[in-house]
Amino acid sequence: MTRYELTQTPLARAMFKSRWPQLALQLGLLAGLALVITAGLLGTPVGNRNFGIVMVWIAWWAALMLVAVPWLGRAWCSVCPLPLPGEWLQRGAILGPRGRGLGLNLRWPRRLRGLWVQNAAFVAVAVLSLPVLTQPRWTGFLLLGLVLAAVALSVIFERRAFCRYVCPVGGFIGLYAQVAPVEVRVRDAALCAGHTVKTCYTGSADGYGCPWNVFPGTLQANTYCGLCMECLRTCPYDNVAINLRPIGADLNRSGLRGLDEAFKAIVLLGSGLAYSAVLLGSWSEARAAAAAGGSRAWLVFALGFLSFVVVLIPAAFLIAVRLGLWWSRSRAASLQALRALSPALIPLGLSVWVAFSLSFLLANLSYVGPVLSDPLNLGWNLLGTAGVGWSPYGQSLFPWLTIGVLVVGLAWSSQRLGAIADELRVGGRLALPPQVVSLGLTIAVLWVLVG
Amino acid sequence: MRIAPGPRRLLAPALVGLAAVAVIIVPLPQPASDATARTVRIEAEDFAFSPAIVNVQRGDTVTLELVALDVVHGLHLDAYGVELTADPGQTARATFVADRPGTFTIRCTVPCGPLHPFMIGRLRVDPSDSLLRAAGLALLAVVFGGLLARARLGARAPISSAPA
Repeated sequence: MTRYELTQTPLARAMFKSRWPQLALQLGLLAGLALVITAGLLGTPVGNRNFGIVMVWIAWWAALMLVAVPWLGRAWCSVCPLPLPGEWLQRGAILGPRGRGLGLNLRWPRRLRGLWVQNAAFVAVAVLSLPVLTQPRWTGFLLLGLVLAAVALSVIFERRAFCRYVCPVGGFIGLYAQVAPVEVRVRDAALCAGHTVKTCYTGSADGYGCPWNVFPGTLQANTYCGLCMECLRTCPYDNVAINLRPIGADLNRSGLRGLDEAFKAIVLLGSGLAYSAVLLGSWSEARAAAAAGGSRAWLVFALGFLSFVVVLIPAAFLIAVRLGLWWSRSRAASLQALRALSPALIPLGLSVWVAFSLSFLLANLSYVGPVLSDPLNLGWNLLGTAGVGWSPYGQSLFPWLTIGVLVVGLAWSSQRLGAIADELRVGGRLALPPQVVSLGLTIAVLWVLVG
Repeated sequence: MRIAPGPRRLLAPALVGLAAVAVIIVPLPQPASDATARTVRIEAEDFAFSPAIVNVQRGDTVTLELVALDVVHGLHLDAYGVELTADPGQTARATFVADRPGTFTIRCTVPCGPLHPFMIGRLRVDPSDSLLRAAGLALLAVVFGGLLARARLGARAPISSAPA
C-alpha cells in the first residue's frame, strides 16, 4: 500500500526529533488546562459563559472529533497536558533523559492490561456526562481528578500507564486513530529484529523507551502509538518514519482483534447513538434525569444507558454474527467471528460521533468568542468578541452534512464487513446480519438528528 | 452486445449511484392537504418545550405562542427566521407560513440555566420525507458497500487459524 514518508528529509526529521516544538505546545496546553480547571472550580456557574465548559466541551471536543482523531490519529495524545505533571515527576526531567525521577517504575498488573479499564472509565464518565457538560464544577473536578490520577499512576507504575490503560478518552482516540492517514512505523523491520539493544523500547541517552509500552519494530496499528516521537529520537539507525498513508489503512489488516477492542468498537458505536438521543433528541425527561447526577432519576437513566450500550447493542451484534454463521453453515465460534468483524464497525462509529459533534458544534460555536475575550468573567474584552450573541451556524446545511457523513461511514463499514467475511472464507451471508444491525443503528441516528 | 469485465464490474456500483440520485431528487406522492391557520401554544419550563414536537402541514399559516412558565426563555426557529423571547408568565407570538416541508430544530435563545444548550424541540412540516430519503440512502450505502466487498476477491486464512 502506498506510503509517503514525511521524515525523509533531514530537516523534517530534525523537526520531529526536536523536543522544543512539542514542549512549547505542551506548555501552552498545560497553561490552558490550568485556566480551564480554575474557571471550572472558581468561575461562573453558568455553563455557556464558563471558559472551562465552552473551551473543553465545545472547542476542544469538536477539534478532537472533527479534525484531530480522523486526520491526525493520536496527535492529541502527543501534546495532551493531563499526564505531563506525572510524567515529569516520574522522569525527574522535563526535556531529555537526565536526573532521577520519583517513579517506582512498577509494571502495570497483567490482569489489568488491555482496554477493559478504559472501557469501564469511558462508560463511568459517559453516565455522568450531562452534569460534566453543563456544570463547570463537575468539569473542573473531573479534569483535576484525571491529572491527579495520572500523577499517582506515573509515580507508581512505569511509562504512561494512565494513558495506555486508564484514560477514558485515550481508548476512544486509539480506536478511531486507526482511520487516520498518519502513522509511525519502522522502515525496515529486519533491522529492528537484529538490533539487540532495542533502544526504542529501553531508552537511551537521546530519549525514553516507548512511553506507551509498544515495540515500534512490530507496530501494525495506530491504536496504542501515542505519536510521542521518542522512538524517532532513540533509534540509532533512523529506522523509524512518520508516514502519510491511505485513510483507514489499519482497518484493512487481517487477523483477530482482542475482545476488549471488539467490545470498545461496539460500545462506542452504541454510545454515539445514546449520546445523540439524550443530548440532542426531543426527550427532555431523559435529559433532566441524566443531568441530575446522583439522584434516583439519574440512577434509572444510568441503568438504562448502561443496559443499552453495554448489553443491548453488543448482544444485537453477537446475535447478528451468530445468525450469519448459522446462515452460512459455519462452525466458527460466534465470539471469534465478532472479534474478527469488529474493526468493520469503526468507520460507522466514527461517523456517528462526527455527526453528533457537528450538531453540537454548529449550534454552540458562537459561545466560544465571548469566553475567549473574557475567560474569567471579569468584564474583559480581550479579542473584542465579548459581546457576540448566540447564533447557531449552518443549520440548513447540517441535515445534508449529517446524512452524508453517516452514509459514507455506513457504506465503508458495510464494505469492511463483507471483505472480512470474505477473508474468513465464510462468505457474504456472515456479513449480512451485522450489516442490517448497522443499517438499523444508522437510521436511528438519522431519526434523532435529522428526522 | 457483451460488456467487457472491467466496465461490468463498475455497472452495479454505478446503478447504486443512480438509485441514490433518484432517492434524493425524485418527488414522492404527497397526500392532498388543505392549508389552514393554526395556533400552537408552546410552554417553556425547566429546560424543555412542551410539546417537544410541533406538527403542521405544508402551507399552514402557523402562529407560535411561546409561554415562559418559570424564567425568561427564547425560541429560535432557524428555517423560518422566527425569534421569540418571553418573560415569565408572559406570551410571545410569531406568525409564519410553513412553506418548507421537513423537520426543523427549535432552540432556546436565552441562557436559562445549566441545561440551556440542550433545550431543544422540533417543528415538523408534513409531508416531511427527509427521514425516508435518508433511510433510502442508508440502505443503498449498505448495498454499495456489499458490492465493493464482492468486487474485492482474495480469501485469506480461515477463521479457525487466524492469529489471536
